[in-house]
Amino acid sequence: MTAAIAPVPPNAASRPGAATLARTVAEHQWRDVLRSRWVIAYALVLFAAAELLLRLGGSGPSALVSLLNIVLLLVPLVALVLGSASLYGAREFTELLLAQPIPRRALFVGLWLGLVVPLAGATVLAIALPFAIERAIDADTAPALALFLVVAALLVAAFTSLAFLVAVTVHDRARGLGAAILLWLGLGLVYDGVVLAVATALRDWPMEKPMLAFMLANPIDLARTLLLLRLDVAALMGYTGAVFRMAFGTPAGMGIALVAMLAWVAGPWWFAARAFDRRDF
Amino acid sequence: MIRIADVHKRFGALAVLRGVDLALAPGRVTAVVGPNASGKSTLIKCILGLAAPDRGAITLPDGRDVREPTARAAIGYMPQAPRFPENLTGHEVLAMLDALRPDVAPDGTLLERFSLAAQLDKPVRTLSGGTRQKLSAVVAFRYRPQLLVLDEPTAGLDPLATTIFKAAVLAARDAGTSVLLTSHVVGELQAMADDVAFLLDGTIHFAGPVARLLDRTGARSLEEALAALMQAPTDRIPDAALHGDAPQALRVMNGGGA
Repeated sequence: MTAAIAPVPPNAASRPGAATLARTVAEHQWRDVLRSRWVIAYALVLFAAAELLLRLGGSGPSALVSLLNIVLLLVPLVALVLGSASLYGAREFTELLLAQPIPRRALFVGLWLGLVVPLAGATVLAIALPFAIERAIDADTAPALALFLVVAALLVAAFTSLAFLVAVTVHDRARGLGAAILLWLGLGLVYDGVVLAVATALRDWPMEKPMLAFMLANPIDLARTLLLLRLDVAALMGYTGAVFRMAFGTPAGMGIALVAMLAWVAGPWWFAARAFDRRDF
Repeated sequence: MIRIADVHKRFGALAVLRGVDLALAPGRVTAVVGPNASGKSTLIKCILGLAAPDRGAITLPDGRDVREPTARAAIGYMPQAPRFPENLTGHEVLAMLDALRPDVAPDGTLLERFSLAAQLDKPVRTLSGGTRQKLSAVVAFRYRPQLLVLDEPTAGLDPLATTIFKAAVLAARDAGTSVLLTSHVVGELQAMADDVAFLLDGTIHFAGPVARLLDRTGARSLEEALAALMQAPTDRIPDAALHGDAPQALRVMNGGGA
């Protein structure tokens, strides 16, 4: 072996900033994510669903209403499972990255963006492309579709934050994935039934305020109400949504729901980031 | 000198490290040996900044704590079980790590010696265990670290790669790098270690040059000396360890453990 080059003391002055480091991690992560079979399959399923609904259902808004139910179940499931599985699966590489000169928070931001950007991008494209292909974007559809895409992206972000929160706080991989799936079952499927049962059991009491709290406490409920307010299909809104509209009316209600969605992205994100900063690996 | 001073680490009720004191001298390979669950992995995690000591500190020659992100620019780490993003190619992995250290010109020597370049065009998921291990070694040496942390580095390497790897470790040492090595292959420790640090129940029971260890234990080889350390511990070793049965003492070199 030729004479090795002597070790170089690190030069702190020329170190890149945290934002640059986070972007480096994110860019490589999303390259990895976009090549994942699961993400490609997810995008194809969503694309096929939108395409099919447009061909069968005809008009843009009615296709969106049908697509809503698919998106409300599929997007949280995919973000929760991929989000937690990717953190658990990359544990060894994350440890290697933590041993590199990068602040923990920058790494966390990079990992989160590295998943949210490609997943949200795939979601938006898979929904929007069929509308473009089928020339279904008219004056009626365009604003509704735009809101739909925003809400879908927010769902991706919120549930990726929740997935990260689970994966960072639950050490055991099997338990963590179990918790993520339970969270999806709870918020996506069981929640409405429980709310209805509570409302029925307590029907002699004033339930408007608790119902509003119930709705704000579930990002899937929020997303549904937000879109149905815009699409003006009160019949599909469910109990919490109907109460919500009575309480706030359409424009204010949409504003409140949008802010609450953002809180669902930022809240779990903040707790997950804090836990990531403090955690022993 | 990289100083590990009075490092304590507890996981719940379990005190894993109970006041570890150790100095890693530049230009020396220090083998950290000890039975399973003696605290080796936890000590390594503390050195890498992956786990925060409850008490004590680990500092670089310039006095910086290893928990400062910039301090880790001085450390090269080769983990026991390397994993990389499955869908990235080896070159993409290296490009990512390079981008985290734009202030260092990467050293491609080991990459060349392993003749690895052609294989790094393929996605990591198609690479064999040995090739991943080589990639992991390349990463550890690539940024000319002041401290190399090698955790069971040759598991999975073929004989030729092992030879190349050992030469790289010794060359880095001769160039002034501090090397921390764990291995369950005694021959490997024999070939590379200058110093031995014997860790048991979360404290260092012996730290010093291999020759002094041989002298102290009256053993003829490092293998015998290590067996002696683990079977008939010095007076500093608590009673509980003295009653450990011999077969277990012989198994202690099997690596792993917390």
